Amino acid sequence: MSAVVEPNATTKALLGQGGRPKPVGGGRGRLATQIFLAVVALIWIFPVAYAVLGSFRDYDYTSKHGYFSLGGFTLANYKDAWQQANFTHTMLNSAIITVPAVLLTLFLSCCVAFVVARFSWRFNLALLGLFTAANLLPPQALLIPVYRMFRAIEVPFWFSDSGTLLNSYWGLIAVNVAFQTGFCAFVLSNYMKALPRELYESAVVDGAGVLRQFFQLTLPLCRPPLAALATLEVTWIYNEFFWATVLLQSGDKYPVTSSINNLRGQFFTDNNLVAAGSVVIALPTLIIFFLLQKQFVAGLTLGATKG
Amino acid sequence: MARRKYKGIDHLSSVDRVVVALMVVVPTLLVLWLVWLPAVGSVLLSFTNWDGIGPISSAKVIGLKNYHDVVTIYPPFWPAVQHNLIWLGVLFLVATPFGLFLAVLLDRELRGSRVYQTAIYLPVVLSLALVGFIWQLIYSRDQGLINQVTGGTIDWYGDQRYNLWAALLAASWRHVGYIMLLYLAGLKGVDPTLREAAKVDGANERTTFFRVVFPVMAPINAIVLVVTVIESLRAFDLVWVINKGRNGLELISTLVTSNIVGEASRIGFGSAMATMMLLISSVFVAIYLRYTFKEQR
Repeated sequence: MSAVVEPNATTKALLGQGGRPKPVGGGRGRLATQIFLAVVALIWIFPVAYAVLGSFRDYDYTSKHGYFSLGGFTLANYKDAWQQANFTHTMLNSAIITVPAVLLTLFLSCCVAFVVARFSWRFNLALLGLFTAANLLPPQALLIPVYRMFRAIEVPFWFSDSGTLLNSYWGLIAVNVAFQTGFCAFVLSNYMKALPRELYESAVVDGAGVLRQFFQLTLPLCRPPLAALATLEVTWIYNEFFWATVLLQSGDKYPVTSSINNLRGQFFTDNNLVAAGSVVIALPTLIIFFLLQKQFVAGLTLGATKG
Repeated sequence: MARRKYKGIDHLSSVDRVVVALMVVVPTLLVLWLVWLPAVGSVLLSFTNWDGIGPISSAKVIGLKNYHDVVTIYPPFWPAVQHNLIWLGVLFLVATPFGLFLAVLLDRELRGSRVYQTAIYLPVVLSLALVGFIWQLIYSRDQGLINQVTGGTIDWYGDQRYNLWAALLAASWRHVGYIMLLYLAGLKGVDPTLREAAKVDGANERTTFFRVVFPVMAPINAIVLVVTVIESLRAFDLVWVINKGRNGLELISTLVTSNIVGEASRIGFGSAMATMMLLISSVFVAIYLRYTFKEQR
């Protein structure tokens, strides 16, 4: 789910500006605060660190000596977890679902945002509301009709080997796009509204039609929010669990996140395999987290406070 | 309105008109088809006795019978409601205030703040399903960390006395980081002159925060409230990964799902619960829309 924090804060976050002189407390209070924050940070990082550590431990060694021991380091868990969980397959599925879903979401939300920001007619706000609210409804409450519709809609075999939208990548992609477009459209429309209208004026004078204005003027200017939203959407859609679980019932189409359903049973006797599996599953999002942290934070708070 | 001044640039050729129409109509149809139509569908189905096997035309309208049955003769319903409420209570009364508290401390920008901040919101990039999976390392009966340290034999995810709380601890772990981020952005946006003025008036830090800063953040408070309520209502992934929402981990969302994709497909029944979810969430969606669109009106 997403929250909409205001653009000002976003731009500031994007530019990395704090902007305000810090209130300074007494020396002792500051030290106490720092110690407290350090402790909390350590506690927060612990489950992930523990998983990373455990993933390199040999099962026989840890079951004999316990986890509070040194030695028994190995890479074998990764090899085993990768094979047993069939990660080659599920990672590929995740990519097949995530890439088109993110691209479509961004493209469609750009379209809506552009029209809403560029032209003002009466239904603008209602339209944005319709999209934004869609992002917040509990997906489980919509499951029955979506599931039934997908099961009933027959599609050609080349489109989906199940013959219906149920159990097909495209069905799942469409649902993801429908749910994510609202948030992106809202954020993008706020950004586009801040673009100076004079730009369009000169474009129109030059004889540029709507399509050229959209592709050559608006989209290039929207690179910063698009980068932030792309980062966020890749994470979210990669992490999406519910729809993939219920709409792709055959395990062979499961993306990584939904395959967790089956892993617990497979790994249940060996916690070090669980650890290695967790690290593999987390890896794409952790890479995003460490490389694109600024974009990610900007995306999350994009659209939430008043400056 | 600004556009009056620029009458010229809103003139559209007939090609442009088609383009603009397509740009709005295609995404709108997708959202109407996959979000709003199903929402209406759930509500309508909840008043029928469709068994999901025969054609939908064979369904009869049976009024509120599904609702009546859900609240009277469906044993997991009330426990699920209770679990959802506990979920909300913990997120709202513990995780959210703690996230706010951390944001306030981090906002002072002491040395190392960035590092602490990064550590605390790291769980936000993980899916809740994965969070449930990772915490197994801590909770599992035979090899979990807690039992290793304490020498106990409690199955934290399996025992119904504990599993809801175990799941909530894991969920809070992630929620705190998210709330912290939202409030950190909110605090950065508070006008610094307000704090200065409060300081000049002799207010201490605590008074300044509760009397000046917190009220100024009203829009973000509303957003955090909505985020927390909706997250609690649609909590699903974490418990589904643990045990498909059974044995002490029933939530309304898992009951709806089990009634549809499980062995028994009880459409009307599941729809009645889905409609309740829609009803509750729509109140908070309305609050959300009100606050986020207020300035645009």
